[in-house]
Amino acid sequence: MATIQIPDALLVKNYIAGDENALAVLINRHQSKIYGFIYSKMADRDVADDVFQDTFIKVIKTLKSNSYNEEGKFLPWVMRISHNLIVDHYRKNKKMPMLRETEEFSIFSVLTDTSMNAEGRIITEVIEKDLQKIIKQLPDDQREVLTMRIYQDLSFNEIAELTGVSINTALGRMRYALMNLRKLIEKNQIILTN
Amino acid sequence: MAKLYSKKALANTKMLPKKETINFILNYSKALKMVKVGNMNFELLAN
Repeated sequence: MATIQIPDALLVKNYIAGDENALAVLINRHQSKIYGFIYSKMADRDVADDVFQDTFIKVIKTLKSNSYNEEGKFLPWVMRISHNLIVDHYRKNKKMPMLRETEEFSIFSVLTDTSMNAEGRIITEVIEKDLQKIIKQLPDDQREVLTMRIYQDLSFNEIAELTGVSINTALGRMRYALMNLRKLIEKNQIILTN
Repeated sequence: MAKLYSKKALANTKMLPKKETINFILNYSKALKMVKVGNMNFELLAN
């Protein structure tokens, strides 16, 4: 016995009139072709499912708002919608590529959080405080050169000009400042590493 | 008995979307109502 197939155009008409089953029939009839087409372009089942879903959301919205014209046939129209969505997908991903976590590839191997954790922040604070205490113990002339160079980021030329000494004297003071700092660190057994 | 290392063809000849996807679409369709007010179309989604 031959089965009578209701034409797409009639199913679309029925769906617009409120027959929800008509949509189920249409999807059932064309899902393989539409999904196959999308999958051939995406090669990822999850993404293909997303595009398939978005395609039919668009179809539903268009049909329910009575914006569908009967000029073309149903299937080519749906295919065109899915094609446009595929193009949109690639356009979007070009700007923001999606990376999927797999066994061979971990997203955290390329994505690292460089900000310090609470422990790291506390340690850094302690180190800075210790360092400031030691710097205060340096002779005035050495401390002046060291703070200008390290904290104010001035060049030795500028330091020499500002302190009214020759550049060699400024360099020498810096050298002694660093040597004395090392001595003080050793003497006080301070650990200055994070 | 010798082991067979040949695999079955993984690719389905008939590609179909997931059942959940189809169910979502059908439920979405049932929940969606379009209301036309003047030139504007409003979407009403009943949950």
